[in-house]
Amino acid sequence: MSFLEVCDIEKHFGATQVLKNISFSLEQGSALAIIGSSGSGKTTLLRCLNFLETPDQGRIILNGEVLFDAADPAVRKKKEIRKKRLHFGLVFQSFNLFPQYTALKNVTLAKELLARERPDYKANRKEIHKEIEEQARALLCRMGLEDRMMNYPQQLSGGQQQRVSIARALAIEPDILCFDEPTSALDPELTGEVLKVIRELKNTDSTLIVVTHEMQFARDVSDQVLFMADGVIEEMGTPEQVFGHPKSPKTQAFLQKSTEDLHG
Amino acid sequence: MTFFEQFPIVIQALNEGFLQTLKLFAVTLIGALPLGLLISLCSISSFKPLRWLTRTVIWMVRGTPLMLQLMVIYFFPGLILNNPIWGSDETGRFWASAVAFIFNYACYFSEIYRGGIEGVPRGQQEAGEVLGMTRSQIFFKVTLLQMIKRVVPPMSNEIITLVKDTSLARIISLQEIIWAGSSFMKGSYGISGQIWPLFFTGLYYLAFSGLLTLLLNRIEKKLSYFHA
Ligand SMILES: Nc1ncnc2c1ncn2[C@@H]1O[C@H](COP(=O)(O)OP(=O)(O)OP(=O)(O)O)[C@@H](O)[C@H]1O
Ligand SMILES: [Mg+2]
Repeated sequence: MSFLEVCDIEKHFGATQVLKNISFSLEQGSALAIIGSSGSGKTTLLRCLNFLETPDQGRIILNGEVLFDAADPAVRKKKEIRKKRLHFGLVFQSFNLFPQYTALKNVTLAKELLARERPDYKANRKEIHKEIEEQARALLCRMGLEDRMMNYPQQLSGGQQQRVSIARALAIEPDILCFDEPTSALDPELTGEVLKVIRELKNTDSTLIVVTHEMQFARDVSDQVLFMADGVIEEMGTPEQVFGHPKSPKTQAFLQKSTEDLHG
Repeated sequence: MTFFEQFPIVIQALNEGFLQTLKLFAVTLIGALPLGLLISLCSISSFKPLRWLTRTVIWMVRGTPLMLQLMVIYFFPGLILNNPIWGSDETGRFWASAVAFIFNYACYFSEIYRGGIEGVPRGQQEAGEVLGMTRSQIFFKVTLLQMIKRVVPPMSNEIITLVKDTSLARIISLQEIIWAGSSFMKGSYGISGQIWPLFFTGLYYLAFSGLLTLLLNRIEKKLSYFHA
């Protein structure tokens, strides 16, 4: 059994079915790139994994633990979900940093709140906070933001904001980190710094799921590529297979079009 | 009595009245700011009956004159229920006014808060959720300050209006500053037939609302360190 098993996920919004029969698996330490045209359901799939949407059908199994099973109402409870979603991190297209906090506080906040639930919190409050802050500083350094920790989001460039939000997602130590088009809200000259950081994460054996429109990046960084069209997985395979020898006509057309877009 | 003999007597009376005005203003704010938040949370509750009940009450309170509400709250218990809970002294009139003002302003505030809460982008809440925060942590640590920042300008308007609205309590004879000023027309402290004390009260309102405006601008500035 793989690290992550997604089985038969289905999702409707009202009468429209947005995800059909989504099944795939992912090994620990590997990177999955999800590509597909606008409206094909990529964001919805990530949101299902992060419990921002509840699938109508299907199961999500991580490391043998059933995180979600549409057939079992017990796993839908709010309290359960809150713990389970910590297995996944999500980096949003529009960053969604907390504007009233500094970069550092954005990274520490969730961890500090979680620490309150620790039985030894009262006794070791100071040490716990110090530890959390040190971890956050280290993460921000990894993101190349050592001199930006005390800045508020509005004082940072888009690329810097996105790197803060990656650090924020990493702070809760998710098993799998998901990115929803992390560079598409950025000016072209800023995408490089964010992609570089994601590449580095890949090299440190994090498990990643990246929705992206950057085909070259998807090809370089991923171990597995998943092409979505109209809510179904149209094609799945290694980057070599999907980009080099696409089988489905839809994939071929999509790749053809994105190369054309790239070359104007 | 010459004007210069009248002046200190009038000022003394106006000061007393203004103190009552300030008391009503302060008590209303202290009560209505948190009550408004509670009402706004009820008005966006996912429990439908509560939501509709709250919105109906808001509609009734905003749809009728505050002056009428003052009279209903003050006279209803005594005249209709034969249970004059307020008593007939100044303290009773003050608390009846306070209840009417707090409830009325809480309803207006709640709509401002609601706009503030709904104005915070959905992504903020989702970011909190994904990080494993509870609903109340998200509200207090993420949404609340952004909401406050959004509501300060419209709130400032309402607060300035409240300063002047306190004069409505005169309808149940609360001895606030307009009451004090106009008492010199009929006669009080040996002065009668004088209208200038009433006009003079305008200066009190101007000074106080000026002071408040400065204070509220400072709060607005304090929150300008972030964009929301
Ligand atoms: N909350 C919602 N309510 C109703 N329909 C929705 C909702 N969210 C998404 N959809 C619909 O679901 C479909 C898939 O949307 P989704 O955002 O997952 O696509 P996507 O692949 O991420 O597209 P893009 O590349 O533009 O980001 C779209 O047709 C969209 O209109
Ligand atoms: Mg999307």
